[in-house]
Parts: sequence; C-alpha cells; structure tokens
Amino acid sequence: MANVETAEKQTVQKTQRTSGNLGRIAKYTLMKGITLLITVVIGVYLAILIANGGGYVDKMREGQIREQVSLQLAGNPEMAYLSQAEREQIYEQTVQIRIRQVGLDQPFMVRSFRYLWNGLTLNLGKAEYLLSDSGSRQVRNILGERLTPTLLLMASGQMLLFFTSVFFALFLSRRYGSVIDRIVVAMAPTSAAPAWFYGIFLILIFAALLGWLPFGGMIDAPPPQNPWLRAVSVLKHMVLPVGAIVLSSIFLTSYYWRTFFLIYSSEDYVDMAKAKGLSDRAIERRYVLRPTLPTIITSFALTLIGLWTGAIVLETVFGWPGIGRLTQSAINMFDTPVIVGTVVIYAYLLALTVFLLDIIYALVDPRVKLGGGEK
Amino acid sequence: MKVIANFFKQLKDYPSAIAGLAIIFLMVCLAIYAVFAIPYEQAVKLWRGDDKVWADTPRNARPVWFNWFYKEKQPVTINLNSAKDPSLKSVQDLGGGMSMVDVVFEFDYNYDGFPSEISLFFTSKFNSARPNVDITWITPDGREIPMSNMALSASNTYTISQDNALSRRLRGVAPEKGLFADPNDPSKVVKGTYKMVIEGLVFEEGADYDAKLVVYGKLHGLAGTDHRRRDITIALLWGTPVALSFGLLAAVGSSLITMMLAAAAVWFGGWVDAVIRRINEIVMILPLLPILIMVGLFYSRSIWAILGVVILLGIFGSSILSYRSMFLQVKQSGYIEAARAYGASSGRIIFRYMIPKVIPVLIPGFVTQVPSYVFLEATLAVLNLGDPLLPTWGKLLNDAYSEGALFTGHFYWVLQPAILLVLTGLGFAMLGFALDRIFNPRLRGL
Repeated sequence: MANVETAEKQTVQKTQRTSGNLGRIAKYTLMKGITLLITVVIGVYLAILIANGGGYVDKMREGQIREQVSLQLAGNPEMAYLSQAEREQIYEQTVQIRIRQVGLDQPFMVRSFRYLWNGLTLNLGKAEYLLSDSGSRQVRNILGERLTPTLLLMASGQMLLFFTSVFFALFLSRRYGSVIDRIVVAMAPTSAAPAWFYGIFLILIFAALLGWLPFGGMIDAPPPQNPWLRAVSVLKHMVLPVGAIVLSSIFLTSYYWRTFFLIYSSEDYVDMAKAKGLSDRAIERRYVLRPTLPTIITSFALTLIGLWTGAIVLETVFGWPGIGRLTQSAINMFDTPVIVGTVVIYAYLLALTVFLLDIIYALVDPRVKLGGGEK
Repeated sequence: MKVIANFFKQLKDYPSAIAGLAIIFLMVCLAIYAVFAIPYEQAVKLWRGDDKVWADTPRNARPVWFNWFYKEKQPVTINLNSAKDPSLKSVQDLGGGMSMVDVVFEFDYNYDGFPSEISLFFTSKFNSARPNVDITWITPDGREIPMSNMALSASNTYTISQDNALSRRLRGVAPEKGLFADPNDPSKVVKGTYKMVIEGLVFEEGADYDAKLVVYGKLHGLAGTDHRRRDITIALLWGTPVALSFGLLAAVGSSLITMMLAAAAVWFGGWVDAVIRRINEIVMILPLLPILIMVGLFYSRSIWAILGVVILLGIFGSSILSYRSMFLQVKQSGYIEAARAYGASSGRIIFRYMIPKVIPVLIPGFVTQVPSYVFLEATLAVLNLGDPLLPTWGKLLNDAYSEGALFTGHFYWVLQPAILLVLTGLGFAMLGFALDRIFNPRLRGL
C-alpha cells in the first residue's frame, strides 16, 4: 500500500517537474524576447539618430510632403485660374501647414520617437529611385520582396554550416592528431577572409574557368515553367554562395569545436562511461556533445552575426536578389529611405537569429531547464 | 628581457607563427617602401589621374611576367618620342621660311602577339600656317603603307587603331593588327624592324613639331593596368600601408579600450557594469556594416572616419564579455586585496594591477582581430564606399568587379589584390593562433 502511494507521489512530482520545466523555458524565452525587443528598439533609435545626424530623415519626410502637395494642387482645377506667383504661394502655404500637421516643426527629440515607430513598423514611405519587381515604390514592399531570397540563402548556408561543422568536429576529435586533423588546424586561419571573398574564388574556378555553375543570379533567365525544374535551377544558383558561406567558416568552427570536444572528452565522466562499456557513438552523444552544446551554440551565434554582416557583399558578388544586393543598389543610387529600411531589417534579422539561438540554448542547457541558471 | 627571450623560444616551436611573422614583416617592409617610393600626394594624384597622366600605358594590360609562362610572347608598350630623342628628327631648310621636318621612328618588333592599340601624338608650334605631315608605315618585308596626311594644330592625337579609312585599305582588318600582319596569313605577325616615316612641312620661320608614337602592348609593369590605363602596382603598393594601419589601429584601439572598460566594469560593479552590459547587448544586434554604410554615405567616406566608427562599435563587441569574465577572476586574487588594504586608488588598481594581468591574453586576441578589420576595409570598398582618395586593395577589387573582370578573363586584376589580402590575413591569423596556444595553456597540447 505504502509502495503504491510513493509511486503515485513520484509520478505527480514528475509531471509537476516537467510542466515546471516548460514553464521555466517559456519564462526564459519570454524574458529573452522582451530584452531583445527592447534592444532592437534602442538599436533602431540609434540608427535613426545616425541617419538624421545629417538631417536626411527630415529631408526625406519633407520631400514626400512636397510631392504629395504638388500632386494634389496639380489635380485641382481651380488652380488653373491663378497666376504663377499665387499658385506658388498656395503651394508653399499648404506645404507649411502639412509640415506642421506632420510635426516636422517640433523639436527633434519629439519627432525622433515618431520616426522610431515608423522605422520599427518599416513605414518608411516611398523609395526615391528603386522599384520593387512588382513596380511598387513603397519601401516596405521592396524590402518584403527581397526578404525571401535572403532568408533562403542565409538559412540554408547557416544550417549547412552548423551541421557539417558539428559532425566534422566530432569526426576530427575522434581522429585527434591524424593528418586531416592537422590540416584543419593549419587551415583554421583561412577563416579570416569573409564569405564574399571565397565567393570570388569560387566564381573564378567553377563559373569562369570550368563553366559548371552560373556566375550569379537566382534563377535561369527565362525561368523554367515546370516548378521542379525551377527548383533545380534555384538550387544550381545556390551552390556557389552557400558553398562560400560554408567554406568561409567551416575550418575555424570545426577547429574550435573539436578543441571543445577534446577538452570535454578528457573529463572523468567520459572515462567512466568508457569503463561502463558504452559505444563510442553513445559516449559522444550523451557525454561529449550534450555538455558542450550550449557553448557551441553561443559561439555559433557570434559566427552568425559575422555572416549576416558579410551577406551584403556576398549577395552583391553573386547577384543574389536579396536584401544585401538591395542595400548595394540603394548605396549606389543614394536612396535614403531604402538604406534606413535595410538597417532596420538587418537589426530585426540579427535579433531574430539571436532569439532563435536563445530558444535552442534554453532547450539544450540543463541550467535553464532546472532553474539553476539564475544563481 | 628574459621573458621576451623565453617567449621567442616558445614561438620557435610553432612553424605557423614563424611563417606568420615573416609575412607580417614582409608586408611592413612593403608598406614602408610604398610610402617612401610614392609619396601620399603623388599616389592620390596618380590614382585620380585623368587620361593625360596615363596616356602612354595600355588599357587592361596583363602583368609582364605573363610572358614567362606562355610560348607566344605578347608585346610590351613601345614609346618613341622625337622631343626626347632629337636624333629621330631631321630638319632641312627649303628657303623662304619653309623647311622640311622629317621624323623617322624605327623599332624592332619580335613578339608573337599584336599590339592592343597604336596612337600618334603631335605637338607643334607655329603662328598661323599649320604644319602638314604625311605618314607612311614600312614593314620589315619592305611593304610601304600610306597612312594619313594631315594638317597639325597645337596638339593632335592620331588614333591609328581607330582610323577606318586605313582599316579599309588593310582589307578590313583593324589597323593595330593589319599593320603588323603577314599578308599571306593575317593571324601571324611579321617580325623584324618596323619603320614609321613622318614627312612634315612647316611654313614659317621657327615653326616646328614633335611626334610621339605609342605602340600599346598587351603587358605592362609588375601588375598590369586597369580599365583607365592606371598601373595597378600603385594601388597594390599603397594598399599595403592602408590595410596594415587600418587593421592594426582598429584592432589595437578597440581591444585596448574594451579592456579598460571591462576592467572598470568589474572593479566598480553595480550600475557601471550594468550599463556596459546593456550597451554590449545593443551593439551585438546593431548591424555593423549597414551602420558603416550610413556613416559612409551621410557623413564622411574618409577611411579615418570609418575607422573611428569601427573602433567605437568594436569596443562594445563580443570581446568585452570575455574580458569581463577574466577580470572577475583577477578581482578575487589576493594581491588586489593587498592593494586595497594599503589604500590604492581605483585608477591605480585598474591600471597597475588588473590590466597588466590580462595583457598576455589580450595579445593573441587582437592579433587575430587584425585580419577581420583588413577585410572590413575591403568589404566597404567593394560596396563602393572606399576612401575617395587613396588607392586600396578593396578599391581594386571593386573596380575589377564592376568592370566584369571575371567575365572578361582579366583574372590578374582580381587575383593580385585578393592574394595580398589573403597573405595579410593569413599572416596575422597564423601568428594569432600560435600566440593563443602559447598563452592559453588549456589549448597547448591540442
């Protein structure tokens, strides 16, 4: 009878603990999410301060107002009876009224918070020169159109990089001291070069000299009708940029992680597990990979931050129609609204990456699960 | 002294460190040579130079050493100038103020490839009657090809390779090919001594003219030329001091200030620590490159302004956290306690006791940071945000890329700056990795 009771108690405790775990993870994630959101807000605010240092945001808004007013007045038939001077006077007056309406005459500190809100919601008005492929001039539409290719390229590159690095690092730690291990250690410094730099060499070898893969772009022109063929075409165009992303970081990450694995595999509990006769795979999974994962994820987050930054040039080099190449064309055309928009988008993307990694971190780190992390 | 000797002894066990040091040393020598051989103003002037500065160099020529690897030899530029070499000119007085001024250019052409362009430049002085010249081309096999007859103004350029009338007389072949080709096999060059005879008539006392013949080659200098005829060597040379100083200053600047801030954060704790950590969190999600792009576009493109922003953002980067955790350990040590007991000020404790303790860890960190800053400069240049004045490696890559060097096969244009970038990056990275293993005992055996 007593036995049954204790067993029941145990199950009750167990369920309580699991729900407690989930609760803790949720709480941790929520906290992280809120902190990140606040950081994004401050980051975007800083970006707007920088952009407005030269008065560019103000100019942008005023330009929009002037355009609207002149369109309005041009459409007004009564204006046709007035003289040129009168027309100009009415135009100026209307512009001044609108400027007061929008609040451009208010002190900068007051305005900057409204800009912040517009920036955060990507409500940046119209681009000065650039058009989206569908013909829209709204910054939000232009950015939205370019977001998918960027996400496609970066997500596949980053995922591939993470998994190949983990497996490669495990493989190396198993063959510690072998020729391939020493080659990787010697190659680790090559990761000093960013992904676009490897991209140039990959284009030179595989596109210019061998002609196996396209120079750049995202899809064959004209795009194939069959959706399968289209997917194959996109894949073909992705090989080189993704290859450049992986190549630029794989030696360094596998070198660092292999070193982590080696340090952790000399722990006593690993020897203990070996003594118990567990298989190598089981030891690696449960005793080496598990405790190192939080550290690995943190270091991967840093790699990713570098990769996002490099993506602008990577997309430019490969002509990939994403946010990065948009940034490049906006720079060349001096399209201020689009440039401010890309800064905001990149801040969001970085924050999102950090946030996702934080969630994964919470899932794999026992300290978060058991609430020990707070101490 | 002994510490340093000991350090070098340890360094000797790492061949990569020696190689890295050697590369860095070579780069520093190159940088010093560049600064002295081509002074700053001259480098800027040459690189901004319009067509006048680079009139005598071929467009998109490959480096001279290409000839070592190919059986078919390509020409280098032949430049003959009667103003510099008066023996090319003969004057014969015809009386009545008229005289015959003949210029004869004679040169050996023993290459297998055709030149890329041919131009003839005239400068003349006269009052009202313009001198008249008649130009004839004589090939080694004795064919005489009449080229042109023209009246000169103060300065004339006769772009022979664009002379369509001459091209028609040469059976539709471009003049730079047709003038050198074997009539029986137009793909072959007739080797030997070529002659250009310019028979001129001047109609006034004291009137004269000079001619300069430039047969543009397909190879030029150690590094070739770009689309604006500029010698790439200048940008390669001057890129070295720029890259080194940008990388070193950014790395040293940001890591020194970071270290001080981390030490202060740990020592004072409380709100100082909290503020610094919050700033770090914000900077981590600030997209560095877009921010630099905004600064470059809205404020200043000068490399030094960019450097300032890079340092400012680098200070609060990820490394501040690792320094912080190091200082947290240092703060616990007994000698800090002792310093506090004798009443040392906060400044003294931070600068005399805490910072010296972590400097060995700082050195590998900052050496490995150098390459990322060197590449950052190149990255900005590729985005068209390079320094407006200075020639740099990144600007070369940008030019090459925007001119489609990879599509048109001008690989040398991309590869030379790329190799220098890689070498610099590798040199610092290799040294940094070895230093990391020396100073970081946990890594030593691995």
